Amino acid sequence: MTPEERLEELDEALEELLEDFEGCSRETARGELTLTVPRENLLAVMQLLRSSTPVAMEQCVDVCGVDYADYGLSEWVTRDAANAGFERGVERGERPEAAPENRFGVVYHLLSHTHNVRMRVKTFLDADNPVVDSVVDIWSSANWFEREAFDLYGILFAGHPDLRRLLTDYGFIGHPFRKDFPLIGDVEMRYDPEQGRVVYEPVSIEPRTLVPRVIRDDMRYESGWKPEQPETEVD
Amino acid sequence: MSEIRNYTLNFGPQHPAAHGVLRLVLEMDGEVIERADPHVGLLHRGTEKLAESKPYNQSIGYMDRLDYVSMMCNEHGYVRAIEKLLDIQAPERAQYIRTMFDEITRILNHLMWLGTHAIDVGAMTMFLYCFREREDLMDCYEAVSGARMHATYYRPGGVYRDLPDQMPRFEAGRFCSEKDAQRRNRAREGSLLDFIEDFVARFPKLVDEYETLLTDNRIWKQRTVGIGVVSPERARQLGFSGPMLRGSGVAWDLRKKQPYAAYREVDFDIPIGTNGDCYDRYLVRVEELRQSTRIIAQCARWLRENPGPVMIDDHKIAPPKRVDMKDDMEALIHHFKLFTEGYCPPEGEVYAAVEAPKGEFGCYIVSDGANKPYRLKVRAPGFAHISAMNEMAKGHMLADVVAIIGTMDIVFGEIDR
Repeated sequence: MTPEERLEELDEALEELLEDFEGCSRETARGELTLTVPRENLLAVMQLLRSSTPVAMEQCVDVCGVDYADYGLSEWVTRDAANAGFERGVERGERPEAAPENRFGVVYHLLSHTHNVRMRVKTFLDADNPVVDSVVDIWSSANWFEREAFDLYGILFAGHPDLRRLLTDYGFIGHPFRKDFPLIGDVEMRYDPEQGRVVYEPVSIEPRTLVPRVIRDDMRYESGWKPEQPETEVD
Repeated sequence: MSEIRNYTLNFGPQHPAAHGVLRLVLEMDGEVIERADPHVGLLHRGTEKLAESKPYNQSIGYMDRLDYVSMMCNEHGYVRAIEKLLDIQAPERAQYIRTMFDEITRILNHLMWLGTHAIDVGAMTMFLYCFREREDLMDCYEAVSGARMHATYYRPGGVYRDLPDQMPRFEAGRFCSEKDAQRRNRAREGSLLDFIEDFVARFPKLVDEYETLLTDNRIWKQRTVGIGVVSPERARQLGFSGPMLRGSGVAWDLRKKQPYAAYREVDFDIPIGTNGDCYDRYLVRVEELRQSTRIIAQCARWLRENPGPVMIDDHKIAPPKRVDMKDDMEALIHHFKLFTEGYCPPEGEVYAAVEAPKGEFGCYIVSDGANKPYRLKVRAPGFAHISAMNEMAKGHMLADVVAIIGTMDIVFGEIDR
């Protein structure tokens, strides 16, 4: 069976499986299937994905958070540039206030060994109350992945047995992978010889942008357009 | 009457057997582990966040530094994700080069693992043997990319350049006598492919040598047989991949199951274990050394016979040739735009995985149509493995923790990212 056929079969199995759940949507793009589930149903849907024979997702390959606060924002607007040209640098003004609903996404990558097929499950959380049910009871591997998502994004996983910080320093404040957390951080650390200990201070260096973020929607990536392929000689 | 006490023992982060910066907080009952709590993150550099602030191509070098003993496999995972996003395919010759270098990387990684695992458990000689062969493979890296470790050789759309016709040679001098240089240069007279073929011919005998030292070694078996047993069900459940999964008897290898690059065209076998203990995982990895040699030999043969381009001809993604830039305005503009701004892939999200030496290395990229990834998530195999530390170490003796860390093939670059 080709990967496409396997994906189609999975798609059909999911349609049948998720009949009773409202608000689930499936999408296949670039040979990958994405299932979007409202967070209330996440645990029930995940249990089904694991236990039902035609889907049988035995492995939870990855869980990660995504912060959609800056999605689609660019530092240089390319449309206006045709007449006016670009500014030289990037001005750091106030960030636009992020929309609180659907700010965070939690993305699960599942893998079925039996059917040799992957799928992605996504759920969206609002900024004020980013809580979602933990899937540790279904896949043990989710344990640390969820801890990481909590650490980096502040997403809370209800029912997680041990939701501690994982990657950041002991006593770290904030969630560093959120888009409103500066790349350079908030504090810097140095040894203070007078006090004879390590001290934390606000960062002294300014953040700067080397390559501005631009979004270009040009014709090259419209559907149907493909870059030229080189002719490889095969003998 | 002796008094039995419970200890909390701090293992690492500065411990030679911790393979980098692992801090383990062990709750012990006498010498038996009751609970192991790994504290990771001491090598956290925020690679994923850094990638969000750079054009796609500038992050390839970061991938080398994730799992810093299997550099090119990491690049492959990242580059494949970008290629999927852009909907491009590298030319066939580049696919073979990638396959060959993935396997060279696998040998590099497994040699590093074998040497350090053995030295942790008490076999000093292995370490020296393994590093001797690693040196030759590092030279292959250097010949092809100019760097011994952090190659940045794979690029979206192919590889940076074709295999060199000449292998760098040793010069006689203060640190290398005339005789020594001659001996070392014997295999380096020809091209890189000649050197690789010489290595491939030599290597299986060397693996036999390693096996003579370890496979039937009584101490080695006492330290590894029955240690850290993981059942196939638990291995799946814990998100294991690579040799950790195959050691438990699950025949799962992305190179076979979801082939990429040129793995469909080459002939090789997948070794699996039966008991799921440290010894079986050792056997699996040693057999993988032999299988990788087979793959390299096949790729080298193919590459010899099939010249061709190694990079796609689309200058929106791959830079134009330097000679073209001298008299072609278009090429100069492409070069400038590519290196100052990069390319903007279409909006969407992809996940692409490769079978890295340690297991499934995957990259999840979310693109909002900008010249930088909106979100990059690196799925490192070691991360899932070390999260099972508590389960694997529970009930074992303190000394076995060292064997378990060794068998997991932990590298902190990829776990902490």
